[in-house]
Amino acid sequence: MHELAITESILNIVLDEAKAAQANKITKINLVIGELSGVVSDCVQFYFDFLTKDNAAEGATIDFKTVPAQLRCRDCSTSFNPKDSAWLCPSCQGASVEVTSGRDCYIESIEVE
Amino acid sequence: MKIEVLKGITSANDAIAAQNRQVLDRHKILTLNIMSSPGAGKTSLILQTIDRLKHQLKLGVIEGDVASKIDADKIDEQGIPVVQINVGASCSLEAQMITPALNKLPLENIDLLFIENVGNLICPAEFALGEHKKVVISSIPEGDDKPAKYPLMFTEADAVVINKLDLLPHLEFEVAGFRKAVEGLNPKVKIFEVSCKTGAGLEAWCSWISAEAKRA
Repeated sequence: MHELAITESILNIVLDEAKAAQANKITKINLVIGELSGVVSDCVQFYFDFLTKDNAAEGATIDFKTVPAQLRCRDCSTSFNPKDSAWLCPSCQGASVEVTSGRDCYIESIEVE
Repeated sequence: MKIEVLKGITSANDAIAAQNRQVLDRHKILTLNIMSSPGAGKTSLILQTIDRLKHQLKLGVIEGDVASKIDADKIDEQGIPVVQINVGASCSLEAQMITPALNKLPLENIDLLFIENVGNLICPAEFALGEHKKVVISSIPEGDDKPAKYPLMFTEADAVVINKLDLLPHLEFEVAGFRKAVEGLNPKVKIFEVSCKTGAGLEAWCSWISAEAKRA
């Protein structure tokens, strides 16, 4: 879906960072991806390999650190992971829930030489 | 050598969205990002709103579609300034597509701008465009399980419009259950029940927009 735009965005950021550090080659990109961010790692990897031909990021590995989704019930304060994708509180079956973790989606660091 | 980056993956989009927002704020234009599945009634709701508010507010529309200018032609027939964006392979409008569209609109003559996003309940939730309010339309034929299946979209919304209420006698859709699910995800959300075909419920929707436009 929108992984092409996301991958282009990642690539622009890391190429700028590498240039600013006067590095010739990016060897690794460390991403933090929340389970709820909607980013599909396999697709990002696929587009990345395609988009990095002949630039400083060619051959770089991407490390995806996944942050699990965490929801909190507003009624009974139970925190839970919506494993089966139903956003219902496992303790009180309440549907009033808020996202407390899992929406992150950022580049933590890059490794260059 | 390791370089700390700590930049959001959509940070470039967010920065451009913030610039768009500045332009809109400077012209005091209330901007609504209208999102839904294909066929839920985004264009119908915009047309019905134009019909009711055109004597009170100066309107403009940005239309986002994968292809065609069918929707833009419908808006143009109403004499409302409209710009069509065809996104091609992209599944959502992005902030950088909105910037040139804003340049094509007579901004000094617009109080209320609708941005009709690409029909999709997933990707448009991820990309800020510069809008003031996010509106999600859910229609009766889609079924009442959409908040459970696409929770993030409903979590992000400022308003949810339940459209095609006239079909309620013919289809299974529990309005109370749907409202409860949406309010559970998003306690501050405004929910409107409308039929763009019969006009039912559109007054409340238009009153909300008028009140928000006065604040812009």
